Amino acid sequence: MTEPVVIRITVNGVEYEKSVEPRLLLSDFLRNDLGLTGTHVGCEHGVCGACTVLVNGESARSCLFLAVQLDGAQVETVEGLGTAHAMHPIQQAFHECHALQCGFCTPGMLITTVDLLKKFPEADDEQIREGLSGNLCRCTGYQNIVRAVRMAADELKAREVKEAAS
Amino acid sequence: MTDASLKAVDERQDGVAEELATRPKIIGARVKRTEDPRLLTGKGAYVDDRKVAGMLHVAFRRSDHSHALIKSIDVSAARQAAGVVAVLTAEDMSEINAVFATSRMRDYHTTPITALASKKVRYVGEPIVGVVAKSRYLAEDALELIEVEFEPLPVVIDPETACLPSAAVLHDDAGTNVLCFREFKTGDADAAIASAPIRVSGRFRFYRKTPVAMENRTYLAEYEVGRDELTLYTSSQVPGIIRDALSDALDMPGSQLRVIAPDVGGGFGGKASLYPEEIFVAVAARRLGCAVKWTSDRMEDLAATSQGFDQIVNAELALDANGNAVALKADVIGDVGAYSIYPWTAVIEPVQVVSFLPGPYKIANYLGRVRGVATSKPPTGPYRGVGRPTSTFVTERLMDMAAQRLGMDPVALRLRNMIQPDEFPHRIGSGIIWDQCAFTECLNAACDKVDYPTLRARQAQARAAGRWFGIGVACYAELTGIGSRISVAPGMPINTGTETAKITIDSTGAVTAAFGVTAMGQGLETTLAQVVAEHLGGRVKDIRVIQGDSAAVPNATGSYASRSAVLAGGAATLAAKEVKDKIIRAASHLLETGPEDLVVEDGKVSVVGTDRALTFRQLARAVYLEMRRIPADKREELASTKTYDPVFGTSATAAHLAVVEINPDTLEIKLERFVVAEDCGRLINPMIVDGQVHGGVAQGIGAALYEEVVYNDEGQNVTASLVDYIIPTATEIPPIEVVHIEAASLTTLGGFRGMGEGGTIGAPAAVANAVADAVAPLGIDILELPVSPERLFRLIENSKQHKDATHGHET
Repeated sequence: MTEPVVIRITVNGVEYEKSVEPRLLLSDFLRNDLGLTGTHVGCEHGVCGACTVLVNGESARSCLFLAVQLDGAQVETVEGLGTAHAMHPIQQAFHECHALQCGFCTPGMLITTVDLLKKFPEADDEQIREGLSGNLCRCTGYQNIVRAVRMAADELKAREVKEAAS
Repeated sequence: MTDASLKAVDERQDGVAEELATRPKIIGARVKRTEDPRLLTGKGAYVDDRKVAGMLHVAFRRSDHSHALIKSIDVSAARQAAGVVAVLTAEDMSEINAVFATSRMRDYHTTPITALASKKVRYVGEPIVGVVAKSRYLAEDALELIEVEFEPLPVVIDPETACLPSAAVLHDDAGTNVLCFREFKTGDADAAIASAPIRVSGRFRFYRKTPVAMENRTYLAEYEVGRDELTLYTSSQVPGIIRDALSDALDMPGSQLRVIAPDVGGGFGGKASLYPEEIFVAVAARRLGCAVKWTSDRMEDLAATSQGFDQIVNAELALDANGNAVALKADVIGDVGAYSIYPWTAVIEPVQVVSFLPGPYKIANYLGRVRGVATSKPPTGPYRGVGRPTSTFVTERLMDMAAQRLGMDPVALRLRNMIQPDEFPHRIGSGIIWDQCAFTECLNAACDKVDYPTLRARQAQARAAGRWFGIGVACYAELTGIGSRISVAPGMPINTGTETAKITIDSTGAVTAAFGVTAMGQGLETTLAQVVAEHLGGRVKDIRVIQGDSAAVPNATGSYASRSAVLAGGAATLAAKEVKDKIIRAASHLLETGPEDLVVEDGKVSVVGTDRALTFRQLARAVYLEMRRIPADKREELASTKTYDPVFGTSATAAHLAVVEINPDTLEIKLERFVVAEDCGRLINPMIVDGQVHGGVAQGIGAALYEEVVYNDEGQNVTASLVDYIIPTATEIPPIEVVHIEAASLTTLGGFRGMGEGGTIGAPAAVANAVADAVAPLGIDILELPVSPERLFRLIENSKQHKDATHGHET
C-alpha cells in the first residue's frame, strides 16, 4: 500500500487534515509537512530520544511512529510548551540551571520531563535520572538537567498549591 | 621556543599584569545564556531545519567493502527512478580538484580527499555514488537500483600488521601505510632506564571512539545562478576552513562562496574537518542550479564521521629509589584510518600523544616515537582532547604503577615529580613549554575537596570488608589558545593562530559583534557578548553576536583546540576598546567635555558626576545622521575590526579524582564521586565553564567505561547503532564537583586560558586509575580502555588461571 492516505491529526491544539504516504515517519511529518522543526531527529532508531513528543498525553518517539498510525490522535511538541517570552516552567528551569548546551537533545528532554513530572511529581534525583535515561545528551553530563527537572518539579508543585488555595 | 622568544613572553606579561589589576564586572559573571530562549522553544535554526523552495535531497550509495577495487558502477536504472534528478559518480565530477591535507613534516604522506570514491574504496561507508532526488525517501529508493561491482582487496585492520612490508598498501602514491613518523628526544632515555632501580611498563591500548554529536552532520548548498554564488549551510565547527577548501576544490573566489554554520548540535571535533559530503552538495547545487541538502542518519554518522584516538602505546617509566622519575620512553602506533583528514592531517592524533606524554612532570630523559598508520577504516580526526586522553591515560597509569611498586601514595608521588610553582616556564622532553601552570595547586585542591586522607581510610575499611573500592587521580596540561608560532598540527599550511572580531555600532545605536569562530553548544554567543559588553561599556542583552559565517570577517578558521575564548575573546577585547575610544571622542564633542570626564557604561556615555548622558542610540544618530553636530573631519565610523594573535598561546590544567566501587558479582563499575580542580585562567562565565567540565567528564567516563568502535576482521563496523555504541545516560554519570583555581594566564589578553576539551582529557585516566586501584588486591593492571565489565571479567579470569597455573607449578 503506497497510495497516500488522508489523516486528521491535532498538533499543539491545531487540527490538520493531510494526505501522507503510509511510510512517512511522524518525525518527518512534523518537521517537513507541518514545519515544526523543534522536534529533532538524532538517530531514527528509537534510542536517543531527541524526537520525543507527546502522543495522546504519553511520551513517544516520533521516529518510531508512522504518521498514518496517528489518524485522530493528539500530539504535542516542544512548540506547544511555551514561547521565548512566556516559557513553560520546565523551559524556564532549563534556562536557569544551564541545562542545555547545543540544544539538540533539549526538545526531547523537555517533553520527557513533562511526562515524567506528570506521572511522578515527587520524583527524587535517582528517579529523575532513571526517567531521563532514555534521552541522550552529549554536552551537559546531565547534572544540570537533573537540577532543572528538580527545580521545575518544585515550581509546578508550588503553582498547584497556589491554584488550590485561590 | 628560543630564549629570545621567552624574553618576548616576559615582556608581554608585564603589560597583561597591568590589565589584570582591574577587576571586571561582566567578565566573570554567571550570565544566563542569550541563545537559550530560541533553543528551548523549538526555534533554533539548525541546518536541517532550513527549507528552500525547490530544494533537492541527497542519499549516498556507500561502500560495503573495507578495501576493494571498483570494477564498474551501473546507475542507469537509478537515473530512471521516480523523483530522481541526478545520479553522480566520481567520473561525473572530474573537474573538481581533490583536496590534500599537506604538511611540511618530513616522512609524511598525504592522501586525496574527494567527494566520491573513484577506482578504489578504503573503508565501509565511503561514498561512491550520490543520488539527488525530490525527497530523501525517493533518493534512498533509488540507491537500491545502483549496481556496483567490487574486486575485494586484502583488508587492512590491524595497525601493527599494516606497518609490515608484507601488508597491502591502501594508497599506492604513498607506497606505505605508515603515513607519518616522528621522534622526540631529550637526554638519553635508554641509558637512564637501564640504570634505574624502579621501572614500570605496559602495552597500553586506547580503543577507537566516535564523537556522537546529537545532531548528525547536515549540509545544505544554496545556489544563485545569476551571480554564480554558492552558500553552504553546514553543521561545521570550521566554516572558514571549509570556505577556503571549497574555493580550491571548485575554483571559485571567496566572494562567490559563503559558508555558514548556524546553530550546530554539538561537534566535539567530529565536525572540525572537511567532509566528502560537504564537497558533494556544493558541486551538485552548482551543477543542478538549485538548493541541495544532505542530512546524515545515525548509521552514516557512526560509519563515516571522523573517529577518535585508537592508539597502541608501549611505554616505560623509570624512577630512582626515592620516587623521582628519571626517564620515560614510548613507542606509539596510531591507527589513523583510510585518509589523512583535511586540514589536520593523519599526524594530529598520534603526534599529540607523544607530544604530551611527559605531562606535568619533570622527567629529564624522554624518547617518544610515533607512527600514524593507515588502515581500511574511516579516518580518525580531532576528537575532544586530541591525543591527550591517551597520553594522560598512559602516563597517569604509569605513575600509579610506580607508586604501587614504591609503596608510596600516588598523590605524594605526583607532587614530588610535578613541575613546582617556581619552576615555570618549563620545557618538557617533547619540546612543549608550559607557562605558569597550576599543577600542584589543582592536585592539592582536588584532594582537599574530598578530604583525601579520610577517603583513603574509608577505602581501607571498605577493603577490609571485602568491597572493591578504588580511588584514582589524573593530572594533565594542554596547550590552549595557541597562536601563530605554534601550529595545531605540525607543519600544517593553514593559520590556526589568529581570530578576528568586527564590532559595529550602526545608525540605530545597535551593537553587532561579528566573529569567524563558531559555537556548537559552548555558549559563545553569551561569553563573547560578555567580553564585548565589558570593554565597550554596553549591555550583554543589546549585543548581537554573529558567528560561524565566513563572510563576517576576511579570514577565520573556527572553533577547535579550546581556542575560541582566548582568540575570539582577545580580538573582541581589542575591537571593543577601539570602538569605546571612538564613542568617547564623539561624545566629547557632543557633550563638550574632556574625554577624561566621560564614562561609558550600560549602553550610554555620561559625564561623571552629572546627569548629562547620551545613549548609544542618541550618539549614533548624532554621528551618522545629524550631520552638523560633529565636524566632518572629526566624524568617525563607530566600528573596529581587530585580529588577535596570542603568538604562543597558553595552557590549561586540571586534576581529576574519581572514586569507584565495583560490584564483584556483576562487575558493574559505579562512579561514586568525581571531582575536577581546574585552571582555565580568568573565567568569563563560571556557569558555562562548569557545564563544559561536566560534559567533558561525561565523555571521558564514556571513553573509560563504555565506548568503543569495533571493526571485525572483514572491516565491518559492528557498533553502527546507538544500541551497540554506548554513550553514557543520566544514570551512569555521577554529580561532578568542580573547583576553580582561576590563575589568570599571563600570556594572553584578558588572562583567559581556554577550556572545553579538558574534561575528556583527565577523566579516562582518573577512572582507569580508580578501577585499577579497586582491583589492585586481585593483582590486575588496567592497560586498555574502555574497561567494560566484559573486559574486566576477562582480566579477572586470566589472572585466576595464571594464579592456578603458578600454584600448580609450585605444588
